[in-house]
Amino acid sequence: MNAHDEDRLKKLLREALPPVEGEPEPGRDLWPAVLKRLDEKSAAPPWFDWALLAGLVGLVAFFPASIPVLLYYL
Amino acid sequence: MARDAQPGADERESRKHLLAFRQGDVDAFETLFRRHQGAVYGWVLRIVRNPATADELTVETFWRVYRAHARFEPAHGFEGWARRIATRAALDWMRGRRAEVELTGELLTDPAAPAVADPAVSAEIRLKTALAFARLPPKLRIAATLAVVEEQSQREVAEALGISLAAVKLRVFRALRLLRKDLERQGIRP
Repeated sequence: MNAHDEDRLKKLLREALPPVEGEPEPGRDLWPAVLKRLDEKSAAPPWFDWALLAGLVGLVAFFPASIPVLLYYL
Repeated sequence: MARDAQPGADERESRKHLLAFRQGDVDAFETLFRRHQGAVYGWVLRIVRNPATADELTVETFWRVYRAHARFEPAHGFEGWARRIATRAALDWMRGRRAEVELTGELLTDPAAPAVADPAVSAEIRLKTALAFARLPPKLRIAATLAVVEEQSQREVAEALGISLAAVKLRVFRALRLLRKDLERQGIRP
């Protein structure tokens, strides 16, 4: 592909997908959505909580004798 | 005199917000959000070309920004960092969608875009070109969208994608070559 072909292809691409003009602004205030998202995500337990739970379940399943020890420390 | 003092005061104020944000302060985060949401939204819209998706990804970007607040380096500035996160969010979104689904009618008739259509290029060719472009791998498409369609500087594109200038040039070249091949398969010789 030579430079001339490349320029023609770029021009065609800009014809097909006109560039976004100016400085577009969101149509609404997005801050409430950001806050909602932060609340939702912070309510979800982090991955290491799940890992800890899985570890405990595994421990109890393979070593049932550990149940009284765990209950003692709870 | 007061005017001369203003930029320094603004700068101190900005720095105060950046440092507070780094500590996870939500009020400082809101200030930064208000200041930069337009730029982030505009950048994302240039990539995804759909206002509703750009809204959604702006929210996603700022959520990721907040989540990463402890890794933020105030000395490197907020906007470039947010733009990099926005670009990553847009790339993730593009990877999660099929090209045909992504290419909606509003993409082709963008209300914000001026009517610059060349009468020599038929609507059918424009549509086929847009569809062929939408079929490109997201990594190549995002580089070509920013560098070719939106005519952003290659340095800015490289920073936003977190790659070198040479890698941007290579991705744009590969995007154009694949686009050309796709169009030729459809009998269109650009």
